[in-house]
Amino acid sequence: MKPQTRKTYVSKTVAGLKPSGIRRFFDLASSMDGVISLGVGEPDFVTSWSIREASILSLEQGYTSYTANAGLLELRQEIAAYLRRKFHVDYCPETEILVTVGASQAIDLALRAIINPGDEVIIVEPSFVAYEPLVVLAGGKPVAVCTSGEDKFQLNPVHLERAITERTKAVIICSPNNPTGTVQSRTELEAIARLAEAHDLLVIADEIYAELTYEGEYTSMAAVSGMRERTILISGFSKGFAMTGWRLGFAAAPDEILQAMLKIHQYAMMCAPTMAQYGALEALRSGERDVAEMRNSYRRRRNYFVASLNEIGLPCHLPGGAFYAFPSIKPTGLTSEQFAERLLIEEKVAVVPGNVFGQSGEGYIRCSYASSLEQLQEAIKRMKRFLARL
Amino acid sequence: MKLSEKELEIIEILEKDARTPIDVLAKMIDLPVEETEALVRKLEEAKVIVQYTALIDWRKADGREGVTAMIDVKVTPKRGVGFDEVAERIYRFPEVKSVYLMSGAYDLSVVIEGRSMAEIAQFVSEKLSTLDSVISTTTHFILKKYKHDGIVFDQGDQDRRIVVSP
Ligand SMILES: Cc1ncc(COP(=O)(O)O)c(C=O)c1O
Repeated sequence: MKPQTRKTYVSKTVAGLKPSGIRRFFDLASSMDGVISLGVGEPDFVTSWSIREASILSLEQGYTSYTANAGLLELRQEIAAYLRRKFHVDYCPETEILVTVGASQAIDLALRAIINPGDEVIIVEPSFVAYEPLVVLAGGKPVAVCTSGEDKFQLNPVHLERAITERTKAVIICSPNNPTGTVQSRTELEAIARLAEAHDLLVIADEIYAELTYEGEYTSMAAVSGMRERTILISGFSKGFAMTGWRLGFAAAPDEILQAMLKIHQYAMMCAPTMAQYGALEALRSGERDVAEMRNSYRRRRNYFVASLNEIGLPCHLPGGAFYAFPSIKPTGLTSEQFAERLLIEEKVAVVPGNVFGQSGEGYIRCSYASSLEQLQEAIKRMKRFLARL
Repeated sequence: MKLSEKELEIIEILEKDARTPIDVLAKMIDLPVEETEALVRKLEEAKVIVQYTALIDWRKADGREGVTAMIDVKVTPKRGVGFDEVAERIYRFPEVKSVYLMSGAYDLSVVIEGRSMAEIAQFVSEKLSTLDSVISTTTHFILKKYKHDGIVFDQGDQDRRIVVSP
């Protein structure tokens, strides 16, 4: 006998997730011609030839089978050496490093490995769009802590402390940040560290943009005193090495946590793609010069773009890293959605409305300056025209 | 000449795109326009910036495609002036685009541009080979330019990225 009504097959958790606000803009922008896109969250460089070549060679030599679950040992050793060289942190390649399918998978694994139902995870907002849903999918409860443009989006430890409860398990921080480009200062990191120690919290540190830091030396959360034991360091090759399509990232964490992540990874994923791992090996061995050149190029474009935004009346702090500018659109009186939508339709410039990254992103838009200088100049011209008309 | 950080930035940017507008350049290196202008002028006067040229793909100009040849030249160096004198006699010809003193199997590498193979052949046999100190020449014609001075010709440089991404 057939049941009268068909039940919904989708889980309540998934049904309850809101679709990504980025998706909506993607659909709108893709349906139009001649759009200058400042909406892209990825480098405009093609992966260096030597990296592509190394991956091709691995295919030619027939390295087409699974690797160890945690990734090629050779690659993990190279990652350990890289972390030591760059951030002065020591991880054991055998037990404390895991090669993942993008930083995305590493974040998912970290959350699934640590969350008990109902645990709270603090997310510093504005934030990368995946954190909140991934916390929910892992059975946790996301708790937002807002930062504001007035503080150049630096996290205020007092606000963080207020959000901590009995149930808080971890804090996710991202520096340099997507979407604000803000780099957390060493002082702020130390303040966060002290709170993490006092309340026995883990810190999930998304450091995927660390290579794209423009001023001073980068401080990794794991390098802050006392933090190696309570940090899950997440990074990857997508942004710094211009390898987004390769889907390769990694996590470094104390043995116990990393082994828990590995357990999930080995059942859910087996291992990251082999040819991508060979490419990554080459990236770490010989990519430094190319990375430095790309960083220089982003820095110059940042200088141009942010100065121009300020000039045309969209006040913007100078972001210390990543390739995003996050100007305020408050002077226009429009919401970030209205602004982005009208700018797209009237002037064909795609930007991402700030509210997509959490409530505290309202009043801002995210503009990626990973575009050619000519495109940036044209975008500024169009935005200026748009503002003059408002 | 020891260049400052900002001067190095200027020449790196202008080497990639000599037409970068001065106000854009100034913003990129975070200096006022007047100061940037002064630095550029200084670099020009010091001949650090030697010239601003355009890289032309002549194949696209019908009837003007032209021919380029690289000629390996062996010479007898002269006492006192070494290779410099003969090099100068060669580089003074307007059809000569570049002249390099080389190590190895021959002495000078000479790049010639002409309208046709015949024109180049004539230059080599009448002008170059007949110079006193020239012992021999070997002419290589360039069939196709893939990359020149770091620039790839006809690169598929369209943006393959999707319009909006996380
Ligand atoms: C902050 C942040 N973390 C992680 C990712 C995902 O990186 P991957 O391509 O390595 O999965 C992104 C991509 O936009 C990001 O902005």
